[in-house]
Amino acid sequence: MKEELQKRMVKTPDGQEFEIEPLRDYYCEAPPTVQTPAYTAIVEKIFNWARSESIWILGFGTGCGAIEMRPLMTPRFDAYRYGVQWRPTPRQSNLFIISGYLSVKTLKRVIRSYEQMQSPKYVIGLGSCTINGGMYWDSYNTIKRLDDYLPVDLYITGCMPRPEALLAGFVDLKKIIRAGKAEGANIYAENFDWYKANQKKVILDWDMPEYNW
Amino acid sequence: MKALYSRLQNRCTLGEFTRQRDNLAFITVDRDQLCPLLAHLRDTEGFLHLVLLTAVDWIEQEQFQLTYLLCNREKQQDLGLRVLLPRENTSMDSIHDLWPTAATYQRELREMFGIDFPGSPRVNDEFILEGWNNIPPYRREFDTLKYAEETYRDRPGRITLDPAQHMRDQLYPSKKIGGN
Repeated sequence: MKEELQKRMVKTPDGQEFEIEPLRDYYCEAPPTVQTPAYTAIVEKIFNWARSESIWILGFGTGCGAIEMRPLMTPRFDAYRYGVQWRPTPRQSNLFIISGYLSVKTLKRVIRSYEQMQSPKYVIGLGSCTINGGMYWDSYNTIKRLDDYLPVDLYITGCMPRPEALLAGFVDLKKIIRAGKAEGANIYAENFDWYKANQKKVILDWDMPEYNW
Repeated sequence: MKALYSRLQNRCTLGEFTRQRDNLAFITVDRDQLCPLLAHLRDTEGFLHLVLLTAVDWIEQEQFQLTYLLCNREKQQDLGLRVLLPRENTSMDSIHDLWPTAATYQRELREMFGIDFPGSPRVNDEFILEGWNNIPPYRREFDTLKYAEETYRDRPGRITLDPAQHMRDQLYPSKKIGGN
């Protein structure tokens, strides 16, 4: 385990000494729980409409597909007119686009970022690599099936898909959210042990908390 | 380049000379000749830029080949120096004191080929493989496909088509040219 995650004594500038245990002190120990709809169906429907109209994407590019997101931000494709925008922190975003091949090293960071996002949260797998490995099907270092490690709401096929395909994907995701079927965060909470077992099978140096909230 | 080769030959014994283009050549050198030669090329001959440091795994000859590619920006010349090393417990002198950037290449070679560079900064730190517990993946005895099949789960339904045949079937479905 990394040094900064180990239990240790620290000294404050004014001379106090106390013990910190980063994994317990900085992170939530409890696993995620399933969030059932809190209101009547009609109110939830309004909520879902509002959620679908404010898709905020985490600015995290994993593979070559990240390059397709740049033109979407600019006037040519202008995704902002669909209520889609990019945010710099997982705490402010609710959509994670896994944009292309995902190496094991990146997967670790992806899991950390995904778990820090607030529910309801959605995942789009962009490109063939997230579906079955794509051209990296025989690589020692990239995962083949994204849905083994994170709950995926929608896949966009192609290698690489064009920005138009992503825009169509946003429209489809909106339909899924409005229908109340984008339950990724709940699926993750329900099958938390299964996801963790899969993640730990490929991430060989697991030096982070069980749940990164 | 030939002139440069004969100039260098006066200084030390050189191996095989391969001319690729007018401004690109490769020279094989002995292991202990390399560091003084690199220093000479950098300080006297104007090869200021280390373009890359990479390795080739000649498994049949049980050798690793290290290639140091240098560039002389003024004369627009590239010179590659090849060093052949035995494949078992390979270690090589570090050149991070000549080019600090070499430390990154050496760290990568340490991780991907298992070639040691004693004294190079952070050479034993993980570079991109975190917690790797297998043989270094760029060594040719490492079976990438087998490892991928054992480690990552396949999604059923993946098929492989021969691109030429597939495009013929797509574009000219009536003409059955070759196969099928």
